[in-house]
Amino acid sequence: MIWGVLQFPGSCDEQDALHACEVVGDEARLVWHEERDLGGVDGVVVPGGFSYGDYLRAGAIARFSPAMEAVAELAAAGGPVLGICNGFQVLCEAGLLPGALLRNQELRFICKQTDLLDADGRTLSIPIKHGEGRYYAPEGMLDALEANGQVAYRYADGHNANGSSRDIAGVRNERGNVVGLMPHPEHAVDPLTGSTDGRVVFEDLERFAT
Amino acid sequence: MAKARVLIRPKEGILDPQGKAVERALPALGFEGIGHVHVGRMVELEADDLEQLGELCEKLLANPLIEDYEIQPL
Repeated sequence: MIWGVLQFPGSCDEQDALHACEVVGDEARLVWHEERDLGGVDGVVVPGGFSYGDYLRAGAIARFSPAMEAVAELAAAGGPVLGICNGFQVLCEAGLLPGALLRNQELRFICKQTDLLDADGRTLSIPIKHGEGRYYAPEGMLDALEANGQVAYRYADGHNANGSSRDIAGVRNERGNVVGLMPHPEHAVDPLTGSTDGRVVFEDLERFAT
Repeated sequence: MAKARVLIRPKEGILDPQGKAVERALPALGFEGIGHVHVGRMVELEADDLEQLGELCEKLLANPLIEDYEIQPL
């Protein structure tokens, strides 16, 4: 598995994402946002940060970059795409994932270790760090997501720090090959940082994408 | 070029913590009888053809899932 990690002006987690991809995959390379060709990678990570300064709305401008056109094509062809934090916001703005991310309920930037539940009911310890991570979708859309099994990750009881609808921390598209989440699995792949549960997120994606 | 102003605000019914924070500050400043505060964005621009602004709002200036917009020719 060869991973590409997008890099926008204002990305800040691309190096950790690159490291995580090297841990879980065979090879990883950075893809500059102006590249229209992903160079034959099998999967893509859209990393965290503040792409284009988060001007207008988080992710609103990054979605129009040439690299994102290539990501949309990869997603349409069934390739795995993982959006983390700002990357999740970009994928929602691009219409590759349903819903939107709003300012945290308490208006504070939150940075802490959080427990998530994946679709198999496993508890994963993964950090969050965001100011705009409150997942929102209209009620009808939330019902459809739950009915289709598209809720990929939920905050465990007492861990929904941003006020997300129905404790949703991450969602996947209908096909299952595009996943976005606010928590940062790329910061939790090495025992050095206290948890290696982030690897499960990459494994989940590969499993759902194939 | 024609001037226009685009007002973008959170959709009705969506929790607007910025508006709530402003509202909560008002009594301490002595302002009474003010409620339903909502904080949005304003974009001013000039365009050859104002007809295209609707599409511009749908695609970029607003996220129609969470925001309403209003185009005001000036």
